Amino acid sequence: MTTILQPDDTMIPGVSEPAKSRATRRVRGLSDRTIAWLFVAPTIALLLAINIFPLVWMIRLSFTSLNLSMSYLPLRFVGLDNFTDILTDEDVWFRLQTTAQFVIWSVTLQVIIGFGLALLINRQFRGHSFWTRIILLPMMLSPAVVGNFWTLLLQPQIGPFNYLISLFTGVPPSSFSMTGQVSLAPWTIVLVDTWMWAPYVMLICLAGLRSIPDYIYEAAEVDRASAWRQFWSITLPMTVPFLMLAVLFRAIENFKMFDMVNLLTSGGPGSTTELVSITLKRAAFEKWRTGYSSALAIILFVTVFGAANIYVKALNKVKQR
Amino acid sequence: MTAVLTKSSAHSIVEASPRAKIVAGGLVILYAVITILPLLWIVATAFKSQSDAIAYPPKVIFEPTLEGYVNLFTVRTRQTPDFIAKLPPPETWYDKLVRQRDMVIAGPSKVVPRFVNSLIIGFGSTFLAVFLGTLAAYAFSRFRIPLADDLLFFILSTRMMPPVAVAIPIYLMYRQLNLTDTRLGMILLYTAVNVSLAVWLLKGFIDEIPREYEEAALVDGYTRLQALRKVVLPQAVTGIAATAIFCLIFSWNEYAFAVLLTSGEAQTMPPFIPFIIGEGGQDWPAVAAATTLFVIPIVLFTVLLRKHLLRGITFGAVRK
Repeated sequence: MTTILQPDDTMIPGVSEPAKSRATRRVRGLSDRTIAWLFVAPTIALLLAINIFPLVWMIRLSFTSLNLSMSYLPLRFVGLDNFTDILTDEDVWFRLQTTAQFVIWSVTLQVIIGFGLALLINRQFRGHSFWTRIILLPMMLSPAVVGNFWTLLLQPQIGPFNYLISLFTGVPPSSFSMTGQVSLAPWTIVLVDTWMWAPYVMLICLAGLRSIPDYIYEAAEVDRASAWRQFWSITLPMTVPFLMLAVLFRAIENFKMFDMVNLLTSGGPGSTTELVSITLKRAAFEKWRTGYSSALAIILFVTVFGAANIYVKALNKVKQR
Repeated sequence: MTAVLTKSSAHSIVEASPRAKIVAGGLVILYAVITILPLLWIVATAFKSQSDAIAYPPKVIFEPTLEGYVNLFTVRTRQTPDFIAKLPPPETWYDKLVRQRDMVIAGPSKVVPRFVNSLIIGFGSTFLAVFLGTLAAYAFSRFRIPLADDLLFFILSTRMMPPVAVAIPIYLMYRQLNLTDTRLGMILLYTAVNVSLAVWLLKGFIDEIPREYEEAALVDGYTRLQALRKVVLPQAVTGIAATAIFCLIFSWNEYAFAVLLTSGEAQTMPPFIPFIIGEGGQDWPAVAAATTLFVIPIVLFTVLLRKHLLRGITFGAVRK
């Protein structure tokens, strides 16, 4: 193996090599530099064609009053009108609030349940890996299919959910509707989302818990730190970076949430569960207000992009550990 | 005395005490059972008759039937009992089952073409994404690429965009290119979404393969491409397989793009399943049957992936 480091035969990859070895390489095949670009270019080209070009096009459209149901009208530029319309529209702010509440509640519940489950599973009882795998199933399913079959489970009368609730509380099963009642629907989407994604937080927390070396606890034992103290001074602080990662992932995903809620409540009753993605879909694909919806999409992009920035920083922090 | 005390409390976290284990096990199993109940209910509903599926109170014990599956795969028409009596005797068990409900099978339903679409679009986009992703990940892992971090962030950020927002310009672009409601259009779109995951995951896997292996191969006179094919790829096979499964699961489950950009020709299963209609609304046994068939591959994949699950769902940030 030491032969690799012989100075005459420099094979250390990278572009900054002596010209001599680059010349010999070219004889034997493509240069590293060429290969690097040949390998990266197709991916970048695809992303430029499918993501960036349409994005630029959309930015242009956001300054127009284009409506696809009246596309015979000439393209009219309206400056920043769409943006001012959106940002001064009370309804849009209301949808953003609905979305924020959904994100906050669902992520909070998922963190509590997920972290709790991770702590329990980390006790390594017999059969824990089998049960962990069962718990993980919901998050692998299609959110749309999940939203669809929960509508059956949550039907008043014929659905088992209301029936179970009435078994435990005595409330008649047909007296409430989880998806049809203004007071319950926002909680229903939180409930189903938590059912799906608490395992996600659990899995990440479990990795965090397992990354804590045993000797730290052993040292704490020597110092006679109580179990409670060990939790607050060792377990929690050392799991927090992982927890942060899970929270950021979930927050971004839920901010964009469309599929599950669209099928579970389609934004109803009224607009109590109308998340901002559903508003966007209605503006773009039902009212065909392309100019307006392009502007709304860009506002969402900027928000998610900001969040993504924070997320990548946190991600690198965890990676360094 | 003190020795005994320390010993028993040493079990507190590093190795839980037997009692703590039993309590933990009980709670986790309780949660697992509650969490799996909705899925079991759907699997059971698929074997219910139409009337059992919408019975009040909900039926836990019922006579199983394959009606739901038959309804999923067929289109039926209602006929008068006289008409059915005049027909020649039923040739198959499913003909018989349908006739018991005063119906006659008129033809196959659209579920098979939709399933085929899901398979073609899923495997097509997975193959392309993993192929492109492997090349790019290798380059990012082994060569010094200018602005590599910015490029990687750019690749990741494309996945952060809300799908409904991406769909607006894609819809306009595909209309111009005649790609709306085509499998090719969906394959390209899913490839673009998946390639970001593929690059990030595969870069992590390739980073873990020691450079010395290829360098030794280069010394032996291999070209870069030969070294990649004969040394790196065989080492990365597990990582590539895990990445492929993650891409496949995404394409398989995807709904937002599918519902906004396809209507018939290229429609996949997720937008199709909620619209399996019987007489008077959703045909729940058939919907449940479709859901069951649709979910089975995912369950298998989850079992296959167990070692790499964490990596996949965190874009390679957490490796375990």
